[in-house]
Amino acid sequence: MSSEAILPRIQIRGLCKRFNNNTVLEDVDLDIMPGQSTTIIGMSGSGKSVLIKCILGLIKPDSGEILIDGENWLLLKEQELLLRMQRIGMLFQGAALFDSLSVWENVSFALLRQNIGKKEARERAIEVLEWVGLHDISDLMPAELSGGMAKRVGLARTICHKPDIVFFDEPTTGLDPIMSDVINHLIVRLHKDSGTTMLSITHDLKSAAMISDRIALLCHGRIHRQIPSSELDSDQDPMLRQFVEGRAQGPINRSHWGQKIEEAIQR
Amino acid sequence: MIKLLTATGKLTEALCIHLGLYAATFTGTVRRMSSKPWYLRMLLQQAEEVGVQSLPVVMLTALFTGMVLALQSYIVFHRFAAESLTGLVVSMSLVRELGPVLVGLMVAGRVGAAFAAELGTMRVTEQIDALWTLSTDPVRYLIMPRLIAVTLMMPLLVVIADFIGIYGGYAISIYLLDQNPSVYIENTTQYMELSDFYTGLVKAGFFGILIGIIGCTEGFNCKGGAAGVGTATTRAVVISCMSILISDYFLTAWMFA
Repeated sequence: MSSEAILPRIQIRGLCKRFNNNTVLEDVDLDIMPGQSTTIIGMSGSGKSVLIKCILGLIKPDSGEILIDGENWLLLKEQELLLRMQRIGMLFQGAALFDSLSVWENVSFALLRQNIGKKEARERAIEVLEWVGLHDISDLMPAELSGGMAKRVGLARTICHKPDIVFFDEPTTGLDPIMSDVINHLIVRLHKDSGTTMLSITHDLKSAAMISDRIALLCHGRIHRQIPSSELDSDQDPMLRQFVEGRAQGPINRSHWGQKIEEAIQR
Repeated sequence: MIKLLTATGKLTEALCIHLGLYAATFTGTVRRMSSKPWYLRMLLQQAEEVGVQSLPVVMLTALFTGMVLALQSYIVFHRFAAESLTGLVVSMSLVRELGPVLVGLMVAGRVGAAFAAELGTMRVTEQIDALWTLSTDPVRYLIMPRLIAVTLMMPLLVVIADFIGIYGGYAISIYLLDQNPSVYIENTTQYMELSDFYTGLVKAGFFGILIGIIGCTEGFNCKGGAAGVGTATTRAVVISCMSILISDYFLTAWMFA
């Protein structure tokens, strides 16, 4: 057996982000091991999306470190970061498909940028679209798709260029329970087939338990608790219990924004 | 008094922030032009949208402006028995001033608004973020082709507008006001210089840069959903039009000094 310790694929150290006087992230620490699927849960406005956008370089944090495979991405130049993005996949909440491009052009967008031929890129796009259960839609425009189809096309675009790390922003939000289950199964299959490292954020606890190995609760700007997803129902942490049980009152409310919620309830 | 000072301070701050954003977008885009990829397909697509699709509105504007100019000039010159100067005034006004300015205002309304609305919608629906995660530089992919297209297309549109406007003036003078065609053409060509023509084109190119930078910057930095896109579009049109009119004075003062 190798004596070398396995490095986390994603390491976040002391990450802070403020917007004007509002502290959204305050000293966030998080490790995600290679091949692990982690889901961050937390209240609306707790900073989950900000955290994922900081990792992707879409928002510049005020301080801290973001290490991917041991390399601090906050020290990279824009062009270097763009090159690293070839290893990344991201599924946006609203799928974020490009309106002016057809479905197959959307799916193979990253491949076309890597100088792969149009014919080959189209074949790969159709292959991935079939993998997500969509047939004969490659020439449609995004405006012609339903919400569930758009999300699956978004998923196809996310994985078409075979990324090492995939991020999911609310993968099942706005979908009916059946379509949510379809998306969850596709994510689980992707994880099993490719062993990709995954980081998701969601409010959907059923989805979180299904698609992830570990669950982290982001609360008061910090990662308050991390547990294996199998312990979600049994863990006795008061904040996690309040979130899982969906109670309006509890320790989460004793925060700067939680107090306002409590006041609103008592009014 | 304090309220007035606070309001002035806030206005100045907002103005400085916007000017800074425009300058940063411009320098960032120009810096990227020196290296590949140039997205030529996007550039051609934008050139078609900016140039070809603006043609009808530009041609109509120029034609009627030339016609009105001929009528107005004739009425004034008739009082001094100097009707033969109508052609010269129509041509000089169009080539030096009205061509670039009117085409600029038309393109600002049509193209500047489209840039802001397109990029604003892409911003609020996270499509610009998606570009970044797909290893594509959004400034290079979205702003650079639009800026180059509008900067190149504006002078071409102005050339067409100049000719159509001059023809509009000619048609009114000859067929409605019974002027002599050969005198009209001779007077027009005799006093016009090549510099009158190309300074108008320099102005057009400059207005193209203004329209491209303002429209793209407003859309690219848009915030706040559908309302934000609406605000960005309105701002793009208003600021572009105002900038064209203000900069026109300074360009004229500089070029014809």
